[in-house]
Amino acid sequence: MTRVFTENGEAIPVTVIQAGPCYVTAVRSIEKNGYEAVQLGYGEVTEKALNKPKLGLFKKLNIRPLRYLKEFRYFPELSSVKPGDELRVDVFEVGDYVKVSGKSKGKGFQGVVKRHGFGGGPKTHGQSDRLRAPGSIGQSSYPSRVLKGTRMAGRTGNKNVSVTNLEIVKVDPENNILMVRGAVPGARNGIVYITK
Amino acid sequence: MSKIDALTAAQLRTDLPDFGPGDTIAVHYKVVEGEKQRIQVFQGVVLQRRGAGVGETFTVRKVSNGIGVERIFPTHSPNIAKIEHLRSGKVRRAKLFYLRKLRGKAARIAEKR
Repeated sequence: MTRVFTENGEAIPVTVIQAGPCYVTAVRSIEKNGYEAVQLGYGEVTEKALNKPKLGLFKKLNIRPLRYLKEFRYFPELSSVKPGDELRVDVFEVGDYVKVSGKSKGKGFQGVVKRHGFGGGPKTHGQSDRLRAPGSIGQSSYPSRVLKGTRMAGRTGNKNVSVTNLEIVKVDPENNILMVRGAVPGARNGIVYITK
Repeated sequence: MSKIDALTAAQLRTDLPDFGPGDTIAVHYKVVEGEKQRIQVFQGVVLQRRGAGVGETFTVRKVSNGIGVERIFPTHSPNIAKIEHLRSGKVRRAKLFYLRKLRGKAARIAEKR
């Protein structure tokens, strides 16, 4: 993340996103596929990185091979795009609010305090080994088991996370760069999906 | 990071004087009160400069009526109208947090010649 100063001196925290060039690789229609969506590709790679069936798609569309393919439902003006089209960041405008989805950073095996925000136990008053403990995980002889879905320690992060209503602060159509207010899921250089 | 640096390079202030920890400076800061905008001067010793690029900040400390006051300014903020470099201090570290525990004569900093 970095920051952008407004004219009156306000510092806006922004995340810089390289958002394209994206290419339309397929259009799904109700008649053919039973649902409406558009498949976008991003991230140029060498031909070696992909297998033959995938390469065939790009050869047919006459565009360079792309690493990431993702279908987007509820695409506006579905009839106006056709496979092979290039999509640039100027579909977004400054002031738009977008949803940014991505895979969060993996945190490994974590306790309930970090994973579920539990309060943990008291630090003092004669406590021992209770500081980050989960407390009771259920009742006694009835039901004599731990209920399914009880929040416990475990693998944390590395999950799909969406952040909604992020304001677009700047659009650079030349370099396909977006600046979005606030933080987005995932690590640096991670892949995210932006929807209006 | 260099890509991000290039994007924010246009926002960097190049008109400010060179200053570092131990220096005495006066920061002329734009303050908006209701409708009116005026300039407030905050004069004191620079405790630290931290960060890099457009996110860099610096801390200025002064003792006002016997009470220590510190303010953190974003170095590249457009609200900084002017920085006056009044005195170069001779210090041996980059962060002068030890000054917080000192007062009076002990909190003086020798001038760099």
